[in-house]
Amino acid sequence: MWQPRRRQLATIKAAVFALCLVPFAHLVWGVAYDALGANPVEAVTHSTGWWTLFLLCATLTVTPLRRATGANWLLKLRRMLGLYAFFYVALHFLTYIWLDQWFDLAAIAGNVLQRPYITVGFTAFLLLVPLAATSTDAMQRRLGRNWQRVHRFIYLIAAFGVLHFWWLVKRDITQPAIFALVLSCLLGVRLYWSLRRRAGAARPAVATSGG
Amino acid sequence: MLIRTSSDVAPSEITPKSVYLRRRAFLARAVALGLVAPLLPAQARAAGARMLPGRRWPLSTGEKPTPYKDVTTYNNFYEFGTGKDDPAVYAPKMKTRPWAVTVDGEVKHGGEFGIEDLLKLAPMEDRIYRHRCVEAWSMVIPWVGYPLAELIKRVEPTGRAKFVAFTTKLDTETMIGTRMPMLDWPYVEGLRLDEAMHPLALLTFGLYGEVLPNQNGAPVRMVLPWKYGFKSAKSIVRITFTEQQPKTAWNQAAPNEYGFYSNVNPNVDHPRWSQARERRIGEGGFFTRKRKTLMFNGYADQVARLYAGMDLKKFF
Repeated sequence: MWQPRRRQLATIKAAVFALCLVPFAHLVWGVAYDALGANPVEAVTHSTGWWTLFLLCATLTVTPLRRATGANWLLKLRRMLGLYAFFYVALHFLTYIWLDQWFDLAAIAGNVLQRPYITVGFTAFLLLVPLAATSTDAMQRRLGRNWQRVHRFIYLIAAFGVLHFWWLVKRDITQPAIFALVLSCLLGVRLYWSLRRRAGAARPAVATSGG
Repeated sequence: MLIRTSSDVAPSEITPKSVYLRRRAFLARAVALGLVAPLLPAQARAAGARMLPGRRWPLSTGEKPTPYKDVTTYNNFYEFGTGKDDPAVYAPKMKTRPWAVTVDGEVKHGGEFGIEDLLKLAPMEDRIYRHRCVEAWSMVIPWVGYPLAELIKRVEPTGRAKFVAFTTKLDTETMIGTRMPMLDWPYVEGLRLDEAMHPLALLTFGLYGEVLPNQNGAPVRMVLPWKYGFKSAKSIVRITFTEQQPKTAWNQAAPNEYGFYSNVNPNVDHPRWSQARERRIGEGGFFTRKRKTLMFNGYADQVARLYAGMDLKKFF
């Protein structure tokens, strides 16, 4: 399997970094030139939400793709993808509390408590904060084995994100259903590995006892 | 120097009274339309959009009309797709001529009404109404039409008629959204007969002084400004008078979310979102706040009596 050199990896990282900024640039341009249609706040809310889910799925694709192809360097992109997911969800959340609710804390609290799609969406956002905060090399070293335990919350966060989308659409569930299918595959393959690992761990034990 | 007095105006140059009175009426209408005409995009006129003038209606809201572009590109018309921009893309292919509306059920003089006859049935009026979608956005739209009551009086419902059902055209050829089971096609909406007879209930043929663009429900639709937008059926092909409450599309799809009445009510939330505020489309810019939603969309003085004594939380 092809492995990029240090310089090539830097180029790839820069390209992915720039690519992930394209939706944001499009929104900034759209707001500045009034090019986001009749309801620009809705357009920004939907776009930032959609890209959050897309980037969460992209983050979760890194490991299966790496294992399937042996392209270990892909791991070097994972943190950036995850942080971009956080970047878009932060914009999504900011749009909601600012342009939609105008910092009406009572109304926001009411929504979070009473409207299930907002409850799961808000929970997913809160859970993503510690993951973003502990994404540095230093935190990874300091947390040791716990780092992975904390970051496994990404599975729950992504599931909550898709549920949030599913519960808010009026009638046409095509888009959330596609995300649900993709996420099911990404989580399903991990479940499969986990089951096989357990079976693999059990087999030698059986063999030893037999011998 | 001879100072001439009044005698140098030939009698033939004097504008006859009937002409200048007509001109004055024309100017008055031009002034009324002048409020809205600058918002019309040039291409709408260039494309030969047919004019549909109406007489001024004194009760129009004085709020600033939503730009023509927003009114005609941000639409919910699921027959053409569930995206807001789908109807503007796909609806132009729908044929609106020939077109007939069947009036049947509990009526004495039912039958088929050709669209040309409907257009001539009563004088057109320019009515600027607030429009509130169940999704918590709103517009201000200058419609052209006449009260549905004009048609109802002519067809004479029988004593058994209690409700009116409106059926939207179903053409899977051009209405690509109907190939998916989003709703139980064809789209049916309905009213109680007294609601349908209310003078605000407008049988609508135009907007912004022109015939309706297809995406807005051409060639004929209902407009019920005190109800959520989905109650106003578009591209109507059948009006049926019934004894039983009709089964309506959104109510059938999600009865706990979309009631038969669906009157605009800031105090009764949609189960999944608040109805207390609304985003006024085209108002201000990106950083404009939402507005407070008004009871019956601001038409409480006119329509509240229709629901006197009813529990509006139960009959939402």
